[in-house]
Amino acid sequence: MGEKLLMKGNEVIAEAAIRAGCRHYFGYPITPQTEIAHYMAKKMPEVDGTFVQAESEIAAINMVYGAASAGARVLTSSSSPGISLKQEGISYIAGAELPAVVVNIVRCGPGLGGILPAQCDYFQAVKGGGHGDYKMVVLAPCSVQELYEMTVEAFNISDKYRILTMIMGDGILGQMMEAVEFKDKEDIISPDKNWATTGTQMKREHNVVTSIFINPEVLENHNHKLQEKYALITENEIKVETYNCENADIIVAAFGTVARIIKNVIKMAEKEGIKVGLIRPITLWPFPERAFQKYADVPKAFLTVELNAGQMLEDVKLAVNGKKPVHFYGRMGGMLPTQQEILDKIKDILK
Amino acid sequence: MATVFKRPHALIDVPLHYCPGCTHGIVHRLIAEVIDELGIEGKTVGISPVGCTYNNYDYFNCDMVQAAHGRAPAVGTGVKRVNPDNIVFTYQGDGDLAAIGTAEIVHAATRGENITTIFVNNAIYGMTSGQMAPTTLMNQVTTTSPYGRKPEIHGFPIKVCEMLSTLDGAVFVERVSTHDIKNIMSAKKAIKKAFQVQMANKGFAIVEVLSACPTNWGLNPLEALKWIQDNMVPFYPLGNFKGKDLEV
Repeated sequence: MGEKLLMKGNEVIAEAAIRAGCRHYFGYPITPQTEIAHYMAKKMPEVDGTFVQAESEIAAINMVYGAASAGARVLTSSSSPGISLKQEGISYIAGAELPAVVVNIVRCGPGLGGILPAQCDYFQAVKGGGHGDYKMVVLAPCSVQELYEMTVEAFNISDKYRILTMIMGDGILGQMMEAVEFKDKEDIISPDKNWATTGTQMKREHNVVTSIFINPEVLENHNHKLQEKYALITENEIKVETYNCENADIIVAAFGTVARIIKNVIKMAEKEGIKVGLIRPITLWPFPERAFQKYADVPKAFLTVELNAGQMLEDVKLAVNGKKPVHFYGRMGGMLPTQQEILDKIKDILK
Repeated sequence: MATVFKRPHALIDVPLHYCPGCTHGIVHRLIAEVIDELGIEGKTVGISPVGCTYNNYDYFNCDMVQAAHGRAPAVGTGVKRVNPDNIVFTYQGDGDLAAIGTAEIVHAATRGENITTIFVNNAIYGMTSGQMAPTTLMNQVTTTSPYGRKPEIHGFPIKVCEMLSTLDGAVFVERVSTHDIKNIMSAKKAIKKAFQVQMANKGFAIVEVLSACPTNWGLNPLEALKWIQDNMVPFYPLGNFKGKDLEV
């Protein structure tokens, strides 16, 4: 058993990154994730790491690109408008096959929007916010304990596949305090980075990190290689929680903090004799299609609940593939659905 | 018999793709000679830009990272912060450094980031076929200033060395040229010092190299060198702006 502490979500991300061996953080202030930077600014000097407050999100992600090229475990964090600025670098990191971790503590948009919680960056994260055919692994924790575990896991996945991993939370998760139990020692799985640009030491051919392949045949092959990697990740890394789905009258799909609200709705519904199941995608990409296929024949209908206008909804519909109706309930602008609102929607669907 | 001239080891033995009369090749060679003379090839990491020389990672024998347009100083910062014993240089053109990457170069300089920037200023965008650059001279005709650069429409050229030398973090700032042998020799000295400044952990160093783009200037190679001398040098004065007496 390890140390058990009461900590804020954002600080847990930072602490977990350090425990995972990350010694380089580059960021730019933006609400509601700035505590990550505060924590890194304070702690990095204690572990001989570096904290750089960059001049912009664009610079920060490019510092990440450089540090990842040099073989380091590296983190940047931001919130929605800042993540938009990072899209250029994210696409380059994907093209150059660099391992790195990006945190998005999502706030409501579009534009400058507001600073309250939302899930409106789902499309940007899972469909490719930057240019080109690329994917990144997107993890959606729903508790402070999961923020810790998934941050460590994000670094392992990134190193294993040379891919960018995003941890996508929201302002609730980033700001709330919960108990978190740390392990005494992390399972750090990091393969040899013999591709990294650390200097040849005159002992090997020079290493080149690049995302440009001007020859079309070479670039097509590079893209095929990327797609094979994404297929492998889809095979190996999908994570999903299914709860109460056997014999469910209706199955709700929700991720992150919304899934916690649904668990309370399930209890409320039970008292009224309605059996509600939950499918909670933990990896938003790769998306757990099979979990939906497995239960597609069980309920009368599916309901997707999100803090947006209906984004994961599309992936749920694709997974259910017309077998059952897929309904949607969402709130936007930083507003949250009450349990009663969701229960009313469920009753309305089952009427 | 003594060898008096050879290809620097830091320059890979492949044909360069640059146009006839382009001075990128000269600048590459000077950097490679300096890397050889300082014996730092094994610990040097170069950052390639976007522009005609995007693929100079095929020419330098040291480890290389290709960066997005203008972001080389940020990428170089990442590399250097991970391995401070590496010698990190960025190689950037005028569109890359002085337009899209203005924020990155200014802040790398003001942070005193311990890296070396070689800034090739040929007053035009080369790769994308001759558009106006931030360093395009007044009245200069380009594909996006077809009637000449006019202050009321296009504003004024940026003098990068003058601007960066106001920053405390930039400790070595010098402008050199490639238009004749004497100036090429001075350019090499400045480039060498800019690497030595980094080796001595003194801070940010930049060498601006006035260069020729005969293709997009519409001149032959000899005319292009004369154009540097007659038009660029009067506007972009050569010499050291900062760090001349810095001990390295």
